[in-house]
Amino acid sequence: MTTATAEHLRHSVWTTYVFSTDHKTIAKQYLAQGLFWIVVGGLLAGAMRWQLAWPDTKVPLLGEIGPEVYNMLVTMHGTIMVFFVAMPILLGAFGNFLIPLMIGARDMVFPRLNMLSVWTFALASLVMLASFFVPGGAASAGWTGYPPVSAKPVYTGVTWGINLWILGLALEFASFLMGGVNYLTTAIVLRAPGMTLARVPLVVWQQLTAAALFLLSVGPLIAGAVMLLMDRTLGTGFFSPELGGDPLLWQHLFWFFGHPEVYVVLLPALGFVLEVLPVFSRKPIFGYRWIIGATVVAAALSFIVWAHHMFISGMDPRLAMPFSVTTILISVPFAYLIFAMIATLWRGSIRFDVPMLWALGFLTMFIGGGLTGIFNGSAPADIYLSGTYFIVAHFHYTLFSTVFFGGFAGVYYWFPKMFGRVLHGGLGHAHFWLTLVFFNVTFFPMHHLGLAGMVRRIANPLQYDALVPHQWINVLATYGTLCLLAAQIPFAINILWSWLAGAPAANNPWNATTLEWAAPSPPPHLNWGARVPTVHRGAYEYSVPGEPLDWLSQDSAPPARTETGSPR
Amino acid sequence: MLNWLRWLPENVSTYGADVDAIIALIWYTTVVWLFLTFGAIGLFLVLYRRRAGRPAAYVKGERLGEALWVLVPVAVVLVLDLWLDFSGAPVWAKVKIERPAAALSIQVTGKQFTWEMLYPGPDGRFGTADDRLFLDELHVPVNRAIRVVLRSKDVVHSFFLPNFRLKQDMVPGREIEGWFQATKPGKYELPCAQLCGFGHSGMKAYLYVHPQDEYDRWIREQWS
Repeated sequence: MTTATAEHLRHSVWTTYVFSTDHKTIAKQYLAQGLFWIVVGGLLAGAMRWQLAWPDTKVPLLGEIGPEVYNMLVTMHGTIMVFFVAMPILLGAFGNFLIPLMIGARDMVFPRLNMLSVWTFALASLVMLASFFVPGGAASAGWTGYPPVSAKPVYTGVTWGINLWILGLALEFASFLMGGVNYLTTAIVLRAPGMTLARVPLVVWQQLTAAALFLLSVGPLIAGAVMLLMDRTLGTGFFSPELGGDPLLWQHLFWFFGHPEVYVVLLPALGFVLEVLPVFSRKPIFGYRWIIGATVVAAALSFIVWAHHMFISGMDPRLAMPFSVTTILISVPFAYLIFAMIATLWRGSIRFDVPMLWALGFLTMFIGGGLTGIFNGSAPADIYLSGTYFIVAHFHYTLFSTVFFGGFAGVYYWFPKMFGRVLHGGLGHAHFWLTLVFFNVTFFPMHHLGLAGMVRRIANPLQYDALVPHQWINVLATYGTLCLLAAQIPFAINILWSWLAGAPAANNPWNATTLEWAAPSPPPHLNWGARVPTVHRGAYEYSVPGEPLDWLSQDSAPPARTETGSPR
Repeated sequence: MLNWLRWLPENVSTYGADVDAIIALIWYTTVVWLFLTFGAIGLFLVLYRRRAGRPAAYVKGERLGEALWVLVPVAVVLVLDLWLDFSGAPVWAKVKIERPAAALSIQVTGKQFTWEMLYPGPDGRFGTADDRLFLDELHVPVNRAIRVVLRSKDVVHSFFLPNFRLKQDMVPGREIEGWFQATKPGKYELPCAQLCGFGHSGMKAYLYVHPQDEYDRWIREQWS
């Protein structure tokens, strides 16, 4: 062990748990914050659904919700779930935890920058949380923050709420920019001997693609956010037509970022599922290189589809068909990824452990969301469907499946490695089945509400004659939401109880091939003992004919050849 | 519950049936794919569940011959996608681009949280003394092409006529044109479809479609 390493190992409680530069501790700090925000975002959704089912009645613990508060709930639920749940958990926690371990590195290449990134995120969380308590309340202009509603306090009555919302998002972007630089650099320069790019596990490829997407797309939105903040505070008019500005400029900037952002969230979760499927099918992933290719193609296409969010925005209607074509083309690489997942099951030896259930839940629910995307991608169909609950149903089938089904696949799969404890299987099964059922009870009927003409972001459906006969669907969806929230209780019990008193986990409980399972559970500081592992093969060598075991770890030495000059 | 097309509200516009036909085309196509993919997944999960003494096949799917199992369905998806998209292009053009010469123009202005419907009056020109403004009610004759000039005084609103399959955002600083032609007299809801502030919920107007003689009578009453 080098002296530098020994020095690195000397640390107090303070530097171990709080201001730590260890990628695994930082991962857990992101995870803890993400889990906190899930509770907030979930309860906001519960309050929204209560208001929609039983308008203007008292919500338990909150009291009556008026339209102002409802708009805040809508706005903050969306903002929190995308930027403060999906990103910290899928990228912050799993990107940090997995990338160094899976490529055989001791830590991130810039550990201090990594620490700065998580604490910048904590500051962003604090600012966003504070925005609930300032006079005028939290932001209420929608998570998309369209000006002029968002640009002048007089239109919403919200003053500091939206300023802090912009500031909180800016800090969040800064945090994930630092994280992204770290992910990309680490994966390029710190791969273990033998870990060629063609042997890097798919989840790492997905994380890197997501990081690159974020780096390339967020710039215009940061410029837009600065302009919006200046419009609000300094009286500039970037988005005010009476001062020569244009509200549509924001929509272009927002969605130029917004569509890639969807894939920033999607790709890591897709990566979890791509890791879990081969392990529990005991079979190589179907078409490793093709999957990487499809991912890169989808990422590239995501930069030229943004205006499909704006078909009816007032942009030149002749732009709709070109964007409709690019949008519909993006379903091709995703169709590849989905079919490759299904093909991985073909002739496997499938076992239904809890991570596999979540992975299959992701696969099926995401197919549902992908298919409704075809409706929205068609410009003429979108004339009717845009801005209705059909869209709400669509993006929850894609995003909920990504963040929760994909995310839980990751949590249940890597929990033993992260915390060195085994999760309870029975509670895991209960959590999965209840979530699957009540997710569908909540969101499937929203397709019908949308088709029936219910527009988004209204606080009281009973104000519309056409919706009164359909109110029972709103009530049904609300019962679904309340049960869906309750269905998370087994999960909360499971992680707390297992973390404190669960059975110790073996190093490789799933008989998986990737490098993180070669480290102890949980891995010590700097991950590996005296030397980092050497990689001999690709990441998905399951059921190789003629081998005694049905898995070959990436670092197990080939029997025929021995390495020369490297005593172990 | 199962057939989504039955959930659409009654269509009373000339082009609404074309929009519905596109939605129907996509509905039938995607339902087939839903059954195909769910069927394959279900079948594989049953057939290839773990069985003692039956190892998984070592198939990597890297070679072109294997990859074709996936690439062929992907090619079918591509062809269907393009087919759906190009089937939709004429409908989009009909609703949003090729506006027919309209006998009647109405200026619709959104402001927090009402709709101002401005009629040009007998001289057919805006900005003259005989213009008349109506709040939250729009009156049009049946079977005539109506041109609406959509504007906003403050924030982005959206002009949505569910029964006509027409939606168009109204953006301050712009005049955006839309059109529709009703096929059936009646009273139809016109909700705002874009979050426009605390009064967004409930910001709605009514569109009254009159038979021609009834419309003429309404005009005479208003401009007498």
